[in-house]
Amino acid sequence: MAHFNISKTYKAIVIGGSAGSFQVISKILSSLPKDFDIPIMMCLHRLRHVRNGFVEALNIKSNIKIEEPFDKETIKRGKIYLAPANYHLCVELGNTFALSTEELINNSRPSIDMLLQTSAYAYRDKLVGILLSGANKDGAIGMKKIHDRGGLTLVQDPKECLIDTMPSSALKITQIDHVLSVNRIIDFLLELHKTCKIA
Amino acid sequence: MQEIEITQLRTLVDIVKKHYDYDFANYAMSSFRRRIQRIIELYKFSSIEALCERLSTGDEKFFHDFLSEVTVNVTEMFRDPSFWRELRDNVIPNILLNNKNISIWHAGCSSGEEVFSMAILLKEMDLLDRARIVATDIDTAILEKARQGAYSLKNMELNQKNYIRFQGNFNLEKYYKEENNKAVMDKSLVQGVQFKAHNLVDGSPFSKFDLILCRNVMIYFNQTLQNQVLKMFHESLYKYSYLVVGSKESLIWCEIANKFIVVSNEEKIYKKVKD
Repeated sequence: MAHFNISKTYKAIVIGGSAGSFQVISKILSSLPKDFDIPIMMCLHRLRHVRNGFVEALNIKSNIKIEEPFDKETIKRGKIYLAPANYHLCVELGNTFALSTEELINNSRPSIDMLLQTSAYAYRDKLVGILLSGANKDGAIGMKKIHDRGGLTLVQDPKECLIDTMPSSALKITQIDHVLSVNRIIDFLLELHKTCKIA
Repeated sequence: MQEIEITQLRTLVDIVKKHYDYDFANYAMSSFRRRIQRIIELYKFSSIEALCERLSTGDEKFFHDFLSEVTVNVTEMFRDPSFWRELRDNVIPNILLNNKNISIWHAGCSSGEEVFSMAILLKEMDLLDRARIVATDIDTAILEKARQGAYSLKNMELNQKNYIRFQGNFNLEKYYKEENNKAVMDKSLVQGVQFKAHNLVDGSPFSKFDLILCRNVMIYFNQTLQNQVLKMFHESLYKYSYLVVGSKESLIWCEIANKFIVVSNEEKIYKKVKD
């Protein structure tokens, strides 16, 4: 198995996905070990008026409990967070979340760009951004911001995506460090886990 | 465009405080930064310094436009329909067990969608005559919009869907007319509503209520300001009356949490149990 030679530690991982990403994210979550402790924040496009069911469905496969954070909740290691329905999920300085009901972005609330941009601002070069299958361009600007701030950018290989608009849009506007299949994304995360454990 | 730095935001906050006596120091930074960014783009300022310079002129008219843009005015009628059902089926009947009338404060009412939702709910319960409703906001322009109750037809699609999920008695169309491409709400609904300018940051309690709604307003404040506002709400509630916040806001971390009990965790309805 080829290695990624991850040279530094990261404080957080953000994942964005839309149409065609549910199976992918379930597979990723089911492959992470229980002691995976870099906080993961996910923004997956979802129905605005359905508050319940989504996080429960993701939890079935996940080894680590996934929660929808409350406004001003502290971001903790070893946790996985999901953007709640009809709110933008933002990261504030000082390691807390902030929620927002601001205008839709890319026709979405939660918007992936919103999570990625605010995370990039807070975590600078200590952030990993991962963008999965999806049918619109939400997340592309956010990935650019992560790259501009020195963070690491990964997209699911468009060839493998059910709908490739989302990763393709990001590839068009910014440098993407790794274009990977789902299995390789999982390899990456496991290697990142080991690297950050040693560090 | 260059990312706005915290120090630049602080300078702007100081200028606004000095010239207009509005204090944004305890707003949540990530959203406040976005609002400022938005104003810079909207008014085509070359930089945040240029915006600061404009604010330093003491131009009240421009400041009011600024105020309207800095605050988030995105809202829906019957947002979280299950909450409105809970209000109708449990909270309001409970209040009326001990009271003939009901007093309600919409704190941060924005363009008034929730005020109209409440008025419709009360009318369908045949209680509108027995309600005293006060609706406040920091922004006088948005209060005027709330008074007018003229909404874009595009938004009405969502409002109608919410009303159906709320399981209202009729069809939302019963409560508005289409005029000039707007949905103009039936004014008699809010005839008795007192719309009033009030800033949660430095405003003091002005009355007592059986029910305060402040949903998705305090998410734009930091925790210091949230604590301060919650204290004011506590003071403004009768004992055993209700406070409602947004579905992803929580009172758990606030200093005054032990003076409330949770009535509905799902809908974030709290009851004041201690003075």
